[in-house]
Amino acid sequence: MSNPITSELLLQRLQERFGEAILNNESPYDLLTVEVTPSSAHEIIKWLKEDGELALSFLTLLGAVHYPEQKGREMAVVYHLHSLVHNVRLRLKAFLSIEDPSIATITDLYVGANWQERETFDFYGVKFVGHPNLVRILNEDSMDYHPMRKEYQLEDATREDKDDRFFGR
Amino acid sequence: MGKVEVVNGVETFNGEGFQLAMLDKVIAAARANSVWPLPFATSCCGIEYMATMGTNYDVARFGMERMSFSPRQADLLIVAGTISKKLAPILKQVYEQMAEPKWVLSVGACASSGGIFDTYSVLQGIDRVIPVDVYVPGCPPRPEQIIEGIMNVHRLVKHESLRRRYSDEYKHLLTKYNLNEDE
Amino acid sequence: MSDIEQIKKQSLFSNDTINGEIATLNLGPTHPATHGIFQNVLKVDGEKILSSEQTVGYIHRAFEKLAERRPYNQIRPITDRLNYCSSPINNLGWDMTVEKLIGAAVPKRVDYMRVIIMELARIADHLVCNSVIGVDTGALTGFTYMFQQREAIYELFEEVCGARLTTNIGRIGGFERDFSPVFHEKLKKFLKEFPKHFNEFDSLLSRNRIFMDRTIGGGHITGERALEFGFTGPNLRAAGVDYDVRVMNPYASYEDFDFIIPVGTAGDTYDRFQVRQEEIRQSLAIIHQAYNNLPEGDYYSKDIPEFYLPSKEDVYTKMEALIYHFKIVMGETPVPVGEVYHSVEGGNGELGYYLISDGGRTPYRLQFRRPCFIYYQAYPEMITGQTISDAVLTLSSLNVIAGELDA
Repeated sequence: MSNPITSELLLQRLQERFGEAILNNESPYDLLTVEVTPSSAHEIIKWLKEDGELALSFLTLLGAVHYPEQKGREMAVVYHLHSLVHNVRLRLKAFLSIEDPSIATITDLYVGANWQERETFDFYGVKFVGHPNLVRILNEDSMDYHPMRKEYQLEDATREDKDDRFFGR
Repeated sequence: MGKVEVVNGVETFNGEGFQLAMLDKVIAAARANSVWPLPFATSCCGIEYMATMGTNYDVARFGMERMSFSPRQADLLIVAGTISKKLAPILKQVYEQMAEPKWVLSVGACASSGGIFDTYSVLQGIDRVIPVDVYVPGCPPRPEQIIEGIMNVHRLVKHESLRRRYSDEYKHLLTKYNLNEDE
Repeated sequence: MSDIEQIKKQSLFSNDTINGEIATLNLGPTHPATHGIFQNVLKVDGEKILSSEQTVGYIHRAFEKLAERRPYNQIRPITDRLNYCSSPINNLGWDMTVEKLIGAAVPKRVDYMRVIIMELARIADHLVCNSVIGVDTGALTGFTYMFQQREAIYELFEEVCGARLTTNIGRIGGFERDFSPVFHEKLKKFLKEFPKHFNEFDSLLSRNRIFMDRTIGGGHITGERALEFGFTGPNLRAAGVDYDVRVMNPYASYEDFDFIIPVGTAGDTYDRFQVRQEEIRQSLAIIHQAYNNLPEGDYYSKDIPEFYLPSKEDVYTKMEALIYHFKIVMGETPVPVGEVYHSVEGGNGELGYYLISDGGRTPYRLQFRRPCFIYYQAYPEMITGQTISDAVLTLSSLNVIAGELDA
């Protein structure tokens, strides 16, 4: 068995291999978080999975976060990866602009990303290029907006039975 | 042991080889003591309903031994759990498939009024799509509360007129919910 | 030869479709065999399933959007309703996430108390799943026996927090009250009597010829394929991979306890059943260890008064306690800016909380890593080529809880 991989070693290997694609990094609460360019995200995840030594081959979570104030970088797509062999986790973030939030899909690498990407599309409108079936999954098909974005409110806008004055809104 | 009160089921006049009773009382008693429920259990209240079906809080002693999962053979629709807007047309379809006489028991806060989920995807109460007879509040209600709700349904069943479906009030209710089938 | 002899010579089973027609069967959203609200449209050839298409989202309650509206203490009731068969695990996982965010350390006694409650919840969850597998094969007796044991566990939860099912147990920093003497009595009684009833249930199904014939070989998946999908929990362990968050990233002092991770070989329904049975026994062992070595000490962390509600005597007599009480109830808790990911081993696998805080009174973003949602994608692959009755058993052995699937 080779040396155990730590977060520092992982960061070093990533920076050596991908150079400019790694924009910045930090480690909040001991979880290495790396920001990458959207066009390189798929390549980085593929290399991490197929590299025999690193073996970061378990996709824990895929999601998005909406930052309406950061112009040009409003939509962040966040991947959480885990190496079951070395017990090291990694968080990859790619920032997309709100006008065209598209990024390459990783369903060819991880089958389990299929529904998670659909959920992210349903909630935020992020388009995953190359996804086999990118339609809404949890909300109704007739819904025409992406509800988790910050500009939409929680309650159904058309309800008439509850008076907002009594609910503190 | 001597404190058990035996309640008379139906008032009868007994004679030598015959028994006289009022027809609607007999039918009402038969209906009330053999309600076949359709457990439409979606979430957490469904697990409490399963506990009510279990041995500690048995509902079988009230005549609900057979859970009918087919709407055609069910009398009571027990809606336990959150109903989302996506599921509302299906709930209405299940209600329409049930044959008269039918009653609806709404178990839990989510089925009665949307509960803590005042969101864009949750139906704020099933009485927006189907008429409801008894509401059981709670999140989730204890099995004792669900049994109280069932007792109230039995009370309704016992005192309901046999000609209920032909009354004006009932027809007006069905029109309000767009449930009017052809006469 | 005559017609009759010709018919007798033909095989009874043929691979040709009858009239060349493939039937579409709707294992619809409300179906007694699917324990939960999800729809599967199956294409069947006779009894054999050719393909299936799923629709989920029938109980989508917008937890993640709801969490952005609620202060940190008010999110715990929402986490209850994720996997509602084992809600204490969800609650305590949320408490641990917030404690990780604010950097609070809890006393050892709190850790051991948390372990006892979480393992009781895990037993409750596995009891539901296994008795429901029995019900789907027609064995209703196990269900009635095991639900009575669940009542015993409900009584234990009621002693700690007052509620049976959706418990809202624990606080950020510990528990709201120490274990009462009644709880100790009930727990000792449970630990003494549960193994007897559980062994009775086990003897009904584990080596039962009919049960084994129904379940062995049904709904199988290999370990590598399961990892591709992102399986975790008993379903992954039945497929042969021993990944358990309690061992890999221990939390709440799990490293102090000595327990085995049961692992299956074939990844079929029978293995999933057996893995859960063994996990119930291991959970009992953990509860014994935690209870026998329960350390003395506080039942909450005294270092975080801005997060933990002070006791009423202090609120009525001391000024700072009154101010803290007011601020906590109003939701004005000083949470630092940051992002944290914490995961616990839920009843179905790795239940993760990805929390981004911007310093406000409510989270900026809270995403739940829901194990059911991730592994339910594999269901069509697991049932292709099997019969409809096997498909029903596979679904109940996966333990898909609708609340966790749709959130």
